[in-house]
Amino acid sequence: MRLFGRKMPLRAQIGLAIVSMNVIAAILVPILAPYPEAAIVGSAWARPSFEHWLGLDNLGRDVLSRLLYGARLSIGLSVLITALSFSMGVFFGFTAVVLGDIANTILSRVVDLLLSMPALIFAMVVLSVLGADLIVLIVTISILDAARIFRVSRALAMNIVSLDYVEVARLRGEGLWWIIRREILPNALPPLVAEFGMRFCFTFLFISALSFLGLGIQPPYADWGSMVKDYSALIMLGAPTVFYPAGAIALLTIGVNLLVDWLTSTDMQKR
Amino acid sequence: MQRAALGLMTLWAASVLIFAGTQILPGDLAQAVLQNNATPENVAAMRHELGLDRPAIERYVEWLDHAAHGDFGRSLVNQRDVAHDLAPRLYNTLFLAAYAALVAVPLAVTLGIAAAAYEGSTFDSIANLTTLLAISLPEYFLGYLFIKWIAVQLGWFPVLANVTPDTSLFARLYLCFLPMLSLVLVIVAHMMRMTRASVIAVMELPYIEMAFIKGLPKWRIMIRHALPNALAPIINVIALNLAYLIVGVVVIEQVFVYPGLGQSMVDAVAKRDVPVVQACGLIFAAAFITLNLTADILALISNPRLRHPR
Repeated sequence: MRLFGRKMPLRAQIGLAIVSMNVIAAILVPILAPYPEAAIVGSAWARPSFEHWLGLDNLGRDVLSRLLYGARLSIGLSVLITALSFSMGVFFGFTAVVLGDIANTILSRVVDLLLSMPALIFAMVVLSVLGADLIVLIVTISILDAARIFRVSRALAMNIVSLDYVEVARLRGEGLWWIIRREILPNALPPLVAEFGMRFCFTFLFISALSFLGLGIQPPYADWGSMVKDYSALIMLGAPTVFYPAGAIALLTIGVNLLVDWLTSTDMQKR
Repeated sequence: MQRAALGLMTLWAASVLIFAGTQILPGDLAQAVLQNNATPENVAAMRHELGLDRPAIERYVEWLDHAAHGDFGRSLVNQRDVAHDLAPRLYNTLFLAAYAALVAVPLAVTLGIAAAAYEGSTFDSIANLTTLLAISLPEYFLGYLFIKWIAVQLGWFPVLANVTPDTSLFARLYLCFLPMLSLVLVIVAHMMRMTRASVIAVMELPYIEMAFIKGLPKWRIMIRHALPNALAPIINVIALNLAYLIVGVVVIEQVFVYPGLGQSMVDAVAKRDVPVVQACGLIFAAAFITLNLTADILALISNPRLRHPR
């Protein structure tokens, strides 16, 4: 199997298979899911049966359906946040370099400030005041992520901007936007794609962890992190329910990491 | 000295951020505390009681001054002294984090060097794949896996790590074993990969090849020649991962219902108990900054070339 004109090793193929399976599940939820995500269809903690393949949860909702709806919310939200933070981070990172000293210093200091605390602690402080609202969650995590992407893209742009063709474009009188879009972006793209994958994993795990702590996505919406929290009550009895959402989280991250590992590996960098 | 001053500056910036985050952001604290009883008079009285009618700068200076003296105010939920309630929990969290670090660091460094020494061998590629998998696993997944296999099915360890101040050291080590193991697995993977990478980077340098040509034994080259130069990046990675440990601790405490600082913070955030959130946030930030600072200083000590920046 080939991708980007390069042969994929087995590991990367497994990664790709896992990721596409998850994406397909997330997109086709309304067709695949046997029950609505918040519908109570039986008694609590019912065992797996023919109608409910994975059993029912603490309120009597179908675990399989919630797992599928959870895929949509967890993955969709992570993609949205990663995309938002990337546009912000890359834009500010490149602008800082192109505009030069003053903008560079100011933006870097702001980013240093944002990174002076662990992201989880920062997010918790904000959530304690604003409440666990979906918009708050998206904005907070995007800004925290953007700070990290800013650093990466700034470092990338620093290397590119010193090259001759950027200088040529500048002397030709091209504007800021042109230089960012036509000169820097195409050359920074391959490392940024790998960074996107890594950031996605980070965001995805981060949202799941917040939801697991009960501070992220709020009921009745199904999301993998809060499902882990809800189902963990049964672990003392040895019931495996908690491993469906937790395993789903682990599987998707492994898949993305396998892909990223291949994208950043040496045989991918060689031209 | 310069680095230490920088660290203090960062800590101060973090305190501003925490304070600003909890006080200046929109969302009325008094309203949040009172919830259903939020009549206009009640809210006004509450605002006065909390001092919210005074300017933010004044409140910030007062808060910082008290915090520097170890006084974090009283909890909004149960009116108890925050510092008094958090002290044993801070001890528990530090205990768990130190326990995990003591096991993880030597393990990761040894494994990393071994993987670098046998680069390209079966051991190396197995280690590479397992660490990649371990990095991908969320902490709670590992935590629940251990609970199910080791605590419930085998019954070797208790499911919950409920320690009290009078628990003896050995009982503590025993009770905390599973939380420690989950934390260790998460950070070892990353530390080991980075150790391997930095040792390999040094091993490719010409002076190492020279040592090989001289006919020195491999272990001697690794330990005497390569390791001192790979030390700075390794120390950096260790410190970064210990900083990561701080975050992992929050989640693991929740899994094992361990009475630590992270659990208080999560509870406080859910109840919007601002003084407790501020105190926990500040402590976590301080730990994080201290670790980063230590990493910088240790890197300077281990590598004389960094001491005189060009």
